[in-house]
Amino acid sequence: MAGWLTTLRHPIDYRMLRPLAVTLTRLITGANATWVNCEPRADRVRVYFANHGSHLDFATLWAALPGDVRDKTRPVAARDYWGRTRLSRATINVFNGLLIAREGITRRDNPIEQMAEAMRAGHSLILFPEGTRSRDGVIGEFKAGLYHLASKVPDAELVPVYLQNLNRILPKGHLLPIPLISSVVFGAPMLMEAGERKHDFLARAKQSVMNLMAHTPGTSTPQSS
Amino acid sequence: MNWSSPVTHHVLLVVFGVLGISSLIGLILSKRATTDAGRATVANLNARTNSWWVMVLVIFSALALGSIGTTIIFALVSFLALREFLTVTPTRSADHAALFVSFFMVLPYQFWLVHTQWYGMFVIMIPVYAFVLIPMLATLGGDVTDFLERSARTQWGLMVCVYFISHIPMLMSLKVEPLRMGPAGPVLFLIAVTQGSDVFQYVWGKLCGKRPIVPKLSPKKTVEGFVGGVLTASVVGACMFRLTPFNPWQAGLVALLLCITGFFGGLVMSAIKRARGIKDWGTLIEGHGGMMDRIDSLCFSAPVYFHVLRYFFAKD
Repeated sequence: MAGWLTTLRHPIDYRMLRPLAVTLTRLITGANATWVNCEPRADRVRVYFANHGSHLDFATLWAALPGDVRDKTRPVAARDYWGRTRLSRATINVFNGLLIAREGITRRDNPIEQMAEAMRAGHSLILFPEGTRSRDGVIGEFKAGLYHLASKVPDAELVPVYLQNLNRILPKGHLLPIPLISSVVFGAPMLMEAGERKHDFLARAKQSVMNLMAHTPGTSTPQSS
Repeated sequence: MNWSSPVTHHVLLVVFGVLGISSLIGLILSKRATTDAGRATVANLNARTNSWWVMVLVIFSALALGSIGTTIIFALVSFLALREFLTVTPTRSADHAALFVSFFMVLPYQFWLVHTQWYGMFVIMIPVYAFVLIPMLATLGGDVTDFLERSARTQWGLMVCVYFISHIPMLMSLKVEPLRMGPAGPVLFLIAVTQGSDVFQYVWGKLCGKRPIVPKLSPKKTVEGFVGGVLTASVVGACMFRLTPFNPWQAGLVALLLCITGFFGGLVMSAIKRARGIKDWGTLIEGHGGMMDRIDSLCFSAPVYFHVLRYFFAKD
């Protein structure tokens, strides 16, 4: 049997589509990345947590990272949504996504443990603590996952990220994107404080994302004239 | 563009001569600058000159390609401008269909109409049909929050960035005579006078600007800059009469009209920006902000210029 046929029997390696995915994402979302009091680091294990309003969110954040950082970063996605069809699983594979369970969590199928394991293997994660996409740019309450993950991997840096306009480019419930310009703002890493309560920590995390709104490009800040 | 005309040769000589001299001056200044502030100013000046090189080359290659090239280039300009305009003005997810139609149907169709030169449809498609269609689609989104504002933003985006800009390539369809340089002449006149007015106002403002006109909208625009800039650009316009069907006096008066409409176009766009708390529309052109920052004065002067030419000078 010819060699090329046997190669087809193996599952397709979706990683070869990654450069294309990055280019395509940048083209559609016109995203530019701003780093505020934070530098891209490939040698740190981080959790990038952001507001969530669009299917383009994880792809845009991931594509906004420099190549060496991106190679070590995995977006976390809901298995009940992204694991449904072959196409959606393939899409998540292209972006190196990590599928976790949102419901029916057991000790064996524990999303926090899966995420912690990926981080112990040296990966950074992209997480949307609201758990689902919100509408019209409202940032919903953060779910406890970020808190539990931070308690489990205390040395990881938690980097707040604000995603602007993606909810307008491809809102929830729509299929086709419109060509507006989006931006990705990375903020200063935060750590959980000793003995910090869950509620306080989650409120602080949400506030740190909201604080980045003032740093989106074009916003007039006092120091620029 | 009529390449054999001496007018064309003079235009090319002057434009590229001025750019060449500006680049040379920039080079000399960058070697001479000693303080940090001085270096920053020179760097900004050079960034602006380089952007002008790109813009001039784009405009001249478009004009050299004739009506089709000009239409395509301004369709792209229009697309980038609409993108910036709608990015800055907030809409909601209920507007998605209306925005999609604006970008991918209304805009291409308007420039298709420029290409086919169907004047009747060209003048009413956006003010009538798109105006009606946009709120219709928005109602289907079923969201009443800021309904009038949201519809108006999309309608304004289409009017300013698509309808008004589409008048620039449509100039080439006007049957006006004599045109020594060919149909590119009136387009070049419009762009040179409107952009020249901006530059001269900036220069006069730097030289002797004291009293701001509307400080809340645009702190850098001064009475001295306005008067000096508008008069200089009008005189330059009068000197460029050979690009157009005008005599020198007519060219000067039309240039004055372009300067005034252009000035207020810039002021209106500035007011929209400031209401949103932003300084630039985008980051497309180094030293100049976005596409909208560059064409804001053309938005208002282009349609007025088109109709002056059509009403007083065109043959049919």
